[in-house]
Amino acid sequence: MRRSLQRITPQLLTLAALVALVTLFFPNFISISYDGTRFVGPIVDVLKRSAPVALLAVGMTLVIATRGIDLSVGTVMAIAGAVAAYAITSGFGLPATLALALLAGLAAGLWNGCLVALIGIQPIVATLILMTAGRGIAQLITEGRILTFSNNDFAFIGSGTVYGIPFPTILWLATAILVAALMRRTALGLLIEATGINRAASALAGVNATVILIAVYMASGFCAALAGIVATADIRGADANNAGLWLELDAILAVVIGGNSLLGGRFSIAGAMIGALIIQTINTGIVLAGFPSEYNLVIKAGLVLVILVMQSPNLSADWFYLKTLISEQRTARAERKEAS
Amino acid sequence: MTINPRLYPLLTTIGIFIVGYFLCYLQFPNILSTRVVGNLLTDNAYLGIVAVGMTIVILSGGIDLSVGSVIAFSGVFIAVMLRDTDLPAPLIIVMLLVITSAFGAAMGWLIHALAMPAFIVTLAGMFLARGAAYMLTIDSIAITDPFFAAIQNAYWLMPGRGRLTLIGVLMVVVVLAGALLAHRTRFGASVFALGGGEQTARLMGVNVGRTTVLIYAFSGLMAGLSGVVFSVYTGSGYPLATVGTELTAIAAVVIGGTILTGGAGYVIGTLFGVLTMGLIQTYLVFDGSLSSWWTKIVIGMLLLLFILLQKGLLRLTAFGAARA
Repeated sequence: MRRSLQRITPQLLTLAALVALVTLFFPNFISISYDGTRFVGPIVDVLKRSAPVALLAVGMTLVIATRGIDLSVGTVMAIAGAVAAYAITSGFGLPATLALALLAGLAAGLWNGCLVALIGIQPIVATLILMTAGRGIAQLITEGRILTFSNNDFAFIGSGTVYGIPFPTILWLATAILVAALMRRTALGLLIEATGINRAASALAGVNATVILIAVYMASGFCAALAGIVATADIRGADANNAGLWLELDAILAVVIGGNSLLGGRFSIAGAMIGALIIQTINTGIVLAGFPSEYNLVIKAGLVLVILVMQSPNLSADWFYLKTLISEQRTARAERKEAS
Repeated sequence: MTINPRLYPLLTTIGIFIVGYFLCYLQFPNILSTRVVGNLLTDNAYLGIVAVGMTIVILSGGIDLSVGSVIAFSGVFIAVMLRDTDLPAPLIIVMLLVITSAFGAAMGWLIHALAMPAFIVTLAGMFLARGAAYMLTIDSIAITDPFFAAIQNAYWLMPGRGRLTLIGVLMVVVVLAGALLAHRTRFGASVFALGGGEQTARLMGVNVGRTTVLIYAFSGLMAGLSGVVFSVYTGSGYPLATVGTELTAIAAVVIGGTILTGGAGYVIGTLFGVLTMGLIQTYLVFDGSLSSWWTKIVIGMLLLLFILLQKGLLRLTAFGAARA
């Protein structure tokens, strides 16, 4: 526990620094009040709005841990949203609607997984196919229109509250905790990391790397479908053109900010979740602090650059060298003190 | 007669384009008119130019996600500079090309110096360029400069009243120049070597750092040039323009027969990749009843087809090499 906490310390510090910075410009940022039915306040808003990116980031973390990448998640969101809106407007019940949307996400993941694991296509390209074609499929389902619906039960998923907490927040927290527990309380996480570090070697060691890879992409598709359901329920309509547009990049960014390497291997879902919160805090914070939202992207770019420099394999060797140098000096000094 | 197996993807691309064009011709004979051909070149000029830069990057085994944003930045930069300063238009264009090349070079340097994946470095570049465009303006600004108007109206009337525009010709020239650069120069050889593997390239004596910087600088230059063409084409600068063009360009490169892991491909193929995608769009316009979403689905299917084809070819050539 302590070690995993230690690993995400830089991310937690970044988040805390960001919150402090925004509070400096907008003092009410950390205030939360209860208006009788739900909690309100900027923090609650951040927690709610980060739901789609956080959900995507859960699946993306697993994919990136296998040294892959899933560019199609934004499109899968649109497909799942379109399927859900179509199902609910054609009179299916809520359970059937959700099942269909999640099935669509799983099918999309299965497609990606097969292309990557069975045919051996590079993940970027394999998922690029669905990213391009998928939006067309989503538009095919909605017939190019924005499908709206007025089912309150379904809308609850996007805008309802449980004990005053927005439902999307509960959903992404629960998903993240469940997946993290599944990864760390079973050997699954280890197997995924092994596949990411060296697929051939782990296959020789008895890991069924093919199944792991397909499962990972299906998990990503499932998470994307969840995110798509939330986004669709939130606006009570499926917009095949804009739902989840470019969210795949935000999700990848969240995973990378969370300290996960794009080269696969070790992963931290908690880190990715904090990454998602950092991104949303920037988005909300810039608006609240009174900066024009045009600065958003430049700040994001600067942040990525700083994180890249910190994560660079070239520089980490230098860091390690410096660290050992300092500790050596320290022990030498201590020895000298003892001698005198 | 034996054909080099490396040529198969290129020949397939050209074959699909010709067969596709013929099928379209059977249904709509007018599609062969010089007007349509001229428009095909003009409409896809900016995509073709940026795809040449992307081809070089992909040949080296990298990827450049920033180009769409750089195109948007270029348009905005030109429009804002023309509006707010008295500098002559050609000077502004030269300044822009220097900026975008330097931007690309900086990304290449970061990729090399930090040993980070090109994907994430150029993703940051994508945010930065788009953000810089937003900071210049958030509105669409019209370009009313006489120099730009002159380029806009520069065309050669082909027989059959088709217009071969200057920007269309520029794209073809850029493709040819890119082909020469990739296949006939020392730099091109270094790019192919790098795409084959960094270790082997280093052992061959390729200056990896310098080549990486030059590759991304070239991609930046192409993106800048594409931005100039795009601003001529649309007559305006708009920070939200060409979102996602990087992925269209990558798709064009892959359909053009270049292997995404790098090390094999032809710049000429990219031209046919771009034209094939343009042909699909033209067909949809001619047909009128099909919806635009079919473009995306067909392009996705084409992507899959080409990747499978390349996979099969690789396996085939590996098998042949093993037997020999």
